[in-house]
Amino acid sequence: MQLISYTQIFRLFLIWMLFVAPLSNAAIDNPLDISGNISLQLRGFTQDALWLDQNTSDAEFSFSSELEIRWRSNDNNQRISFIPFARWDENDKKRSHFDLREAFWAYQSEDIEILLGVNKVFWGVTESAHIIDIINQTDLVESIDQEDKLGQPMLSLAFQKDWGLLDLYLLPYFRERNFSGKNGRFRGQYAINFDNAKYQSSSKRKNLDFAIRYSHFFGGVDLGIYYFDGTSRDPRGVIEADSSDLVLHYDQIEQIGFDIQYTRSSWLWKLESFYRDGYRDAIFGSVAGLEYTFYQVFNGTSDIGVLLEYQYDDRSSSEIATTADNDIFVGSRWTSNNMNDGSFLAGIIVDKKTSESFYSVEAKTRLSENISLALEVKIITNSQIGETSFTQSHDDYIELQINHFF
Amino acid sequence: MNYNYKCNLGLKSIFIVIALFLCQLDFNRAQGEMLSTKGFDLAARSDRSDRGFSDSEVEMTMILRNSAGKQASRTLRFTTLEIPDESIGDKSLILFRTPKDIEGTALLSHAKMLDPDDQWLYLPALKRIKRISSRNKSGPFVGSEFAFEDFTASELNKFRYTYIREEPCEELVCDVIERIPLYENSGYQKQIAWVDNSTYQLRKIQFYDRKGSFLKQLILEDYRLYNKKYWRPHRLKMKNMQTNKSSDLVYGQYKFKVGLIGSDFVKGRLSKLR
Repeated sequence: MQLISYTQIFRLFLIWMLFVAPLSNAAIDNPLDISGNISLQLRGFTQDALWLDQNTSDAEFSFSSELEIRWRSNDNNQRISFIPFARWDENDKKRSHFDLREAFWAYQSEDIEILLGVNKVFWGVTESAHIIDIINQTDLVESIDQEDKLGQPMLSLAFQKDWGLLDLYLLPYFRERNFSGKNGRFRGQYAINFDNAKYQSSSKRKNLDFAIRYSHFFGGVDLGIYYFDGTSRDPRGVIEADSSDLVLHYDQIEQIGFDIQYTRSSWLWKLESFYRDGYRDAIFGSVAGLEYTFYQVFNGTSDIGVLLEYQYDDRSSSEIATTADNDIFVGSRWTSNNMNDGSFLAGIIVDKKTSESFYSVEAKTRLSENISLALEVKIITNSQIGETSFTQSHDDYIELQINHFF
Repeated sequence: MNYNYKCNLGLKSIFIVIALFLCQLDFNRAQGEMLSTKGFDLAARSDRSDRGFSDSEVEMTMILRNSAGKQASRTLRFTTLEIPDESIGDKSLILFRTPKDIEGTALLSHAKMLDPDDQWLYLPALKRIKRISSRNKSGPFVGSEFAFEDFTASELNKFRYTYIREEPCEELVCDVIERIPLYENSGYQKQIAWVDNSTYQLRKIQFYDRKGSFLKQLILEDYRLYNKKYWRPHRLKMKNMQTNKSSDLVYGQYKFKVGLIGSDFVKGRLSKLR
């Protein structure tokens, strides 16, 4: 199927925004809402790099900025969002990148919304991994926690009814996952051949992917269930015999997934699972867990939450796609509820079989109205040769990030 | 005979004492019922003076002050959908504008009477909609001296009422009513509310913590009349008497009947607010 390309969609969108939108009645006299942030990031690595080509520096400086331009019509029916993002990294050319996080126009009429352009969509309930979230590709060079996503071009329809929300997505252009370059940290043993990704679909990245999701709540139960047919967001890594380059293969898959959360008193019970059929034998993955919060601990204002989750995936952790094959996550979240909204999240994920462990600490506070400070520590221990995580076992780091918002 | 008489007198007086006691009990109960009926009626009059506003939207600024005088502020948009049925609470939506690092964060509440409210939080960085526990009624709302339970609409049937007295308040005359939370997990043993008897609006509330100590005082000022019917305060001053911290809420102009409907107050709408 031959479809218009990403750049063409974007060009159409710009034309629409510059010429068509201002002409419609609704557009008159509503100003653009402009905001954004600039972030400076400093990472210190506790060990020398493991692989030959990697930069030998133990510290890495990086800079990023995101601009958010939004507009909404007077009658509230139309909205536009345009959010470019850019990062510059001193050591890794592949980490320096640009992306359109959002660039869409949406029209809403009563209980139906149509959205055209680039957007981000999140599905899921668990904290330690987001295994069913599938619409957007992971922006892996941003953070290894996989929570940053690349903007996804789409045409989507949302039907909000008494019986719940039904979302339909047509995804005409595929975004490849971005990985660290050969000089960067957090890379594998083999250099990735970035120019030569292989697709199972003959339309390659122009394969028309499709998704449908239903979500609603019933008392204390929140539920989402979806079907996806298209290009897998997780690539398979295949080492080429002649070049020993790592080539990424993107398969065609069909996937069903669901997320469910039961909220009662101080308890949150969570489960999300997927079942995927595609290139190889069908695979199943699941994360199940709970969260309990102690409110106003020690007669103060702060809360302490305790998290426990179990991660399962049919694939073994020697594959590129997952490390969450049979792991237990234990974590705790402290929320200050003070003026500066200080918070602290510490967790450990342990592989039940290999006892490979992944430690993570994230702390955040606001320094002033427009400036916030974030600290992050990630450490891997007990990693075995042959596991995906081993290739990054020398990349333990402490990161300090200062964000200015405008 | 004498003995009989004595006995008689004794029996009689015991009977009279018992009768008087029962009478007194009954009187107390009747008076108690009367006071609680009067308390409820006054609260209901106040609550019902607000009926029919259907929906409203207002921008507000919250100013937080610690005991050393350090200040911080938050700005937010508060939209409310009235649910006419008094046994179900209103629906409300709070959208944060500043501080900029939490801009776009939103909190959706479907208030209930005695059951826990349904609440969802929207985190814009991940574009994640998260059902949250509403157990934390007594917790601080975004670091302020307002608790979540102060912030949700003061629904009539969430409290039991007792009328206390009438007294002057500023240039008005107020009915003083004690109200005891009937919902679970309140941080308060009781609240004392001052409701003026000309427009039936809340003017002052004193909050007593679970131990019964005076915890906070809220002053509601700058009432303005909208659509010739709906009174709204435009400055709320909450002071914590135990820590000396305070929080003010300053409201902009209210907009009523902006055409909001039920589907504007569903979780799926949270990612589409901006």
